[in-house]
Amino acid sequence: MKLPIYLDYSATTPVDPRVAQKMIPYLTEFFGNPASRSHAFGWKAEEGVEEARAHVAALINADPKEIVWTSGATEGNNLAIKGAAQFYKTKGKHLITQKTEHKAVLDTFRELERQGFEATYLEVEPNGLVDIAKFKAAIRPDTILASIMMVNNEIGVIQPVWEIADICKEKGIVFHCDAVQAAGRVEIDMNKLRADLLTITAHKMYGPKGIGALYVRRKPRVRLEAQIHGGGHERGFRSGTLPTHQIVGFGEAARLAKLEMGVDNARVRVLRDRLWKSIQGMEEVYLNGDLERRIPHNLNVSFNFVEGESLIMAVKDIAVSSGSACTSASLEPSYVLRALGRNDELAHSSVRITIGRFTTQEEVDYAADLIKRKVEKLRELSPLWEMYKDGVDLNSVQWAAH
Amino acid sequence: MAYSDKVIDHYENPRNVGSFDKGDESVGTGMVGAPACGDGMTLQIKVGPDGRIEDARFKTYGCGSAIASSSLVTEWVKGRTLDEATTIKNTQIAQELSLPPVKIHCSILAEDAIKAAVEDYKKKHGLAGTAQEAKKVA
Repeated sequence: MKLPIYLDYSATTPVDPRVAQKMIPYLTEFFGNPASRSHAFGWKAEEGVEEARAHVAALINADPKEIVWTSGATEGNNLAIKGAAQFYKTKGKHLITQKTEHKAVLDTFRELERQGFEATYLEVEPNGLVDIAKFKAAIRPDTILASIMMVNNEIGVIQPVWEIADICKEKGIVFHCDAVQAAGRVEIDMNKLRADLLTITAHKMYGPKGIGALYVRRKPRVRLEAQIHGGGHERGFRSGTLPTHQIVGFGEAARLAKLEMGVDNARVRVLRDRLWKSIQGMEEVYLNGDLERRIPHNLNVSFNFVEGESLIMAVKDIAVSSGSACTSASLEPSYVLRALGRNDELAHSSVRITIGRFTTQEEVDYAADLIKRKVEKLRELSPLWEMYKDGVDLNSVQWAAH
Repeated sequence: MAYSDKVIDHYENPRNVGSFDKGDESVGTGMVGAPACGDGMTLQIKVGPDGRIEDARFKTYGCGSAIASSSLVTEWVKGRTLDEATTIKNTQIAQELSLPPVKIHCSILAEDAIKAAVEDYKKKHGLAGTAQEAKKVA
C-alpha cells in the first residue's frame, strides 16, 4: 500500500489510465485544429471531438447537439446562469438558488445581483436537502431562473432536482442544475430530468482537468447569451479553439462511466459503509448530511472537540479535506455545514472523506484506524474534551477574549 | 499549508500536556480563545514558594500552530517569575516557530494564555491591581 492514500475524490479524480491512453495521440499525432475544414488534420481532430460529444451526451441520455464544451464547471455554471438570466431579463429579474451551492453558482448569483437582478437563497433542511414546499413558496411571478445542484460537493447529498425541474417546467422558469459531483456517480437521464441547463466536468469522473460540458436543451430550446466571444465555435455559445485531447479524454471518461457506474457504485458503497461503520462507534461523532439520499462516495463527519485542521495535519498519510477553512485568515467554518444548522464547533471539526474507483479495502481500513487513533490523541490535548468528560456544560464556560 | 519542523515537532510530541487542580492555591489557570472560532487554550502554571513558575500544563483545541504555540510556552515559562513570564511576546513565539502571517493569531493566543494564567494566580493571592487589570478596566 502506497502512502499517502488519496481520499479526496470529490476534489478531483485521477485520470483513468485508459483515458490517458486515448488522449495521447491527440497531442502528438492528431493535433489538428478541429475547426480546420480544409485538410485531413482538421477532419481527424473534429472526428475525435464529435465522437467524444456523442459519449458525453450518451452518459446523460441527451442529443449530442445539446452538448457545449466549456473549460470546466465554473465556466459552465457562469455561462448557464449569466447567459440565461441576461437573455431572459426582459421577462423578469428574480432568480432562485440555495445556500449550499458551490461558490461558482453563489458568486455568479452575487454578480447578477450587482447587475440588478434579485435573488433568493433558500435555506436547506438539517439533512442538507432543499424542501420542495419552500422552493415553491419562493417562486414569484417575475422568477426567470432557478439553479439547484444535483449533488453537494461537501456532504454528497442528492437534491430533489427532478421534482424541482418539473415545477420549473410548469411555471416556465429556466432550470439549471450543477451536476458536477453527480455525473458518473448518479444516473442522469435528460428525458427524465426536465432541466434546461446542466453543468458537468471531466475531472470529477476520471477525465482530465480543464474540460467541461454544458447541456443546453433543444426541445424546447433554451437561449443563452454567450459570455466568451470570438470565432463562433460551439454554435456561438462558447468561442475558443477546442482542446481536442481534453475533449477526447472527457469522451472516453464518459464512455467508461456509463459502462462501469453500476459496478463502481456498488463497490464504493461497500467501502464507504465499512469506513463509516468503523468510525461511527466513537463517542461524539456526527455524520453531516442525509445518509440515504447521498452518493456512496462521500462521508462527511464531525469529530466533536477536535479541530478540523489539526486533524487533517494528524492524518497526513491520508489525503482528505477539512470543512473548516482555517487556513484562510477568516477562520470561517464551512458555510455548507453552517447552513445545515451545525454549530460552529462541529462545523470546525469536520472532515470530508471521498472515495472512488481506485480506492481499496486495505486503504479504507488503514484510514479508519488512523483517524480513530489521531482523534483520540487530539482529544487528550483538547480542553473541550476534558470539560465534556467532566460533565461541564460547554456553553457555560467563560473564555477570556483575546 | 506547510508547517515548520518546529511546529511539527511540538505538534507530534507536545510538551507538558495535561491539567493541574484548578483549586490548588499554587496554580494559576488561563483559558483563552473562542471554540466557535476554532480555538481554545487552557494554560496552567504552578508557582513555587520562591515565586518562580516550577511547572506548567496546557490543553489546546485548535490547529497545529495553536497546539505548538501553547506547547512551546509551557517550556518557556518554567523557571521564570510571574513578571518575567508576562514579558514573553507573541512575536518571539511566532519567530521561534516560523509561523506564517495567517497563524500569528495562534501566538497571540499563547501570549494571552500566559497573562491570563498569571492574572488568575495573582487574583487568588490578592495581588490584583496589576498593569493587566488596569488595562482591562480602562
